[in-house]
Amino acid sequence: MPETKPVLMQGNEACAEGAISAGVRFYAGYPITPSTEVAERMAARLPDIGGVFIQMEDEIASMAAIIGASIGGMRAITATSGPGFSLKQENIGYAIMAEIPCVIVDVQRMGPSTGVPTAPSQGDVMQARWGTHGDHPIIVFSPASVYETYYLTIAAVNLSQKLRQPVILLLDEVIGHMREKVTIPRDSRLMVEKSSDKVPADYKPYDEKGLTPLVPFGFGHYYHVTGLFHDQYGFPTGDPPQVERSLDRVHEKLEKYRDEVVLTNYIGHKEPRVVIVTYGCTVRSARAVVKKAYWNNREPVGLLSLQTLWPFPDKEVREIAKKADVIIVPEMNMGQIVSEVERHVKGEAEVVPLNRYDGEMISPDQISDIMGRWLS
Amino acid sequence: MPHIWCPGCGNGIVTAALVRAIERADYDQRDVVIVSGIGCSSRAAGYLNFNTLHTTHGRALAFATGLKMARPELKLFVIMGDGDCSAIGGNHFIHSARRNIDLNAIVVNNHIYGMTGGQHSPLTPTGKKATTAPRGTLEREFNLLDLARGAGATFGARGNAAQPRQLEQLITRAANHKGFSLVEALSPCPIAYGRRNKLGGPVDMLKELKESSISIERATSKEETELEGKTITGVIYQDEVPEYAAEYYRSIGKEIPVKSGG
Amino acid sequence: MAQVNKGDYTADLFIKEEWCKGCGICVAFCPREALFLDEKSKAQKTVEKCTKCGICETFCPDFAISLIKRRLSGNAGDETGLDARK
Repeated sequence: MPETKPVLMQGNEACAEGAISAGVRFYAGYPITPSTEVAERMAARLPDIGGVFIQMEDEIASMAAIIGASIGGMRAITATSGPGFSLKQENIGYAIMAEIPCVIVDVQRMGPSTGVPTAPSQGDVMQARWGTHGDHPIIVFSPASVYETYYLTIAAVNLSQKLRQPVILLLDEVIGHMREKVTIPRDSRLMVEKSSDKVPADYKPYDEKGLTPLVPFGFGHYYHVTGLFHDQYGFPTGDPPQVERSLDRVHEKLEKYRDEVVLTNYIGHKEPRVVIVTYGCTVRSARAVVKKAYWNNREPVGLLSLQTLWPFPDKEVREIAKKADVIIVPEMNMGQIVSEVERHVKGEAEVVPLNRYDGEMISPDQISDIMGRWLS
Repeated sequence: MPHIWCPGCGNGIVTAALVRAIERADYDQRDVVIVSGIGCSSRAAGYLNFNTLHTTHGRALAFATGLKMARPELKLFVIMGDGDCSAIGGNHFIHSARRNIDLNAIVVNNHIYGMTGGQHSPLTPTGKKATTAPRGTLEREFNLLDLARGAGATFGARGNAAQPRQLEQLITRAANHKGFSLVEALSPCPIAYGRRNKLGGPVDMLKELKESSISIERATSKEETELEGKTITGVIYQDEVPEYAAEYYRSIGKEIPVKSGG
Repeated sequence: MAQVNKGDYTADLFIKEEWCKGCGICVAFCPREALFLDEKSKAQKTVEKCTKCGICETFCPDFAISLIKRRLSGNAGDETGLDARK
């Protein structure tokens, strides 16, 4: 399907197409609004390209299946929404500990619980960070358009392979269901970053010296994969120094490749007095406000959109806090990323939360009202 | 080594039978994958020199389904405990059976959760005691083979640690069967289940296991009354039904390699 | 070490004491009572009584007993039997 001329595409479909462009050939999932279109697209597309689509008995099984497939050597993805995302947490933690690449899409809907299944929300941000137990590293991207969904899915798949680290894509019902023009490159192979496949004879799947590619099962390299803390060959160990070293090592993976992991985008005045910091579909409202205020009226305002939510873009937020007097943080929840912003701004600027949690999007007017007060 | 299992525990006997079965089936070592859940028997994966995958509690079959669909040429043996497979893992158990996906489920049934010290499980015989059933369990236990067959499994066998040679042959027959194969291996847990129910030591439990079992071949010629309290061993059922992974690959017109790559 | 010739094989019973947990199963199920537990409750064999049938190997829960068969014709290194000791 990839072609060069622009295509009108739905967010969920762009997510599926992005995954396919990045070499994903395995999807396991379970129906749940508002993410089902990802599964439906995969069910239609994967069989034509030698891929595997399987609908499992629940979200726990879906998460387990993509880990199994990834260990078999297939790039794998699954998509769900809040309730399913809650069910997948234990196995997400397993994939982190066993360092198995995979991508989990959470198309957020109004929660908690069954909530408002067809309404957007950004209420799973902290769950995406701390949903599974223990001090685990996690990478969470949050696209703000259909176009960004396509490219961030590709980035998520490639990064997950490179760092052998599960990556979570946090969409919401708006991004998932809206349709937008997207230009997909003809040659999608260029999207697939090949992981190096020269394998040393004494293959250590968990080599302490750094990142080693995961040699799939069935190629004669015998190693163990477990959720228990393990040695360099994957066999269980409870030896305290090795436990601590292992946990440090999985965290260092993200710090070492920070520039590929932490993605943000700034538009607006070079020396802003008021900056909006937001993510996901709320970026769309914020962008409308900044376009009018800055591009039309040259007001000292800017928009820092966070494509990466976790690890939190601390440097980028601190830098902008040094310039601006006020940082507005609009979110479709009762305040989640705002506490992280406050933690890193440390008083350099006034942090003003803007929260909406009635199932409707935050409107540009809501943002410009607050901004107006601080600008005058 | 030495492994973590208690003296006289049947896990070692069942694991040895599994290894001999794999040896007898003459697979290429690189094609064999041992998947296991969480619990005493599931620690077996960590002692075996194949590609081994020790998953989360109850989910071994779901992990194995993903791996099998990605690499249908691999031979997967999924070791689970009775609770691991039929309590928390129940949903994945019945759906793996329903799909008739080519997995060999080896369920080591010692009637309790051993790793956590002896709680009752869905396969604890009614009235038997456990740390969480001090007065004996009230509910009836599953008949695992009937449960699997009802869900769609196409191979069901039952063996025990007191007859390791037979168990080995049952596992080999399961491995040669294309489809979801279940081998229930009854196994003694002297430390928790045996002591709490006053069944004597490992030797007594194995002897009792042997005496109370009768092979299906011999059972057919016996009267109903003579089979009272007896456990039937051997291949209980075997049907030929299209296997899920093979059907999937046929439906997308993609060959399944005879041997794994590399 | 008296070895029993079984066709073109000789066979030895090898007991790895470090792995034996003294459960006594081999002793009880040996058809010739050729095994016993020593004072450290480790399995020991009485070679004369042992017919190398290998039942103990299949019953040992600790992988501590192996029946090592050697082909008589030449290469003594052709060990068969459960090689789980690695």
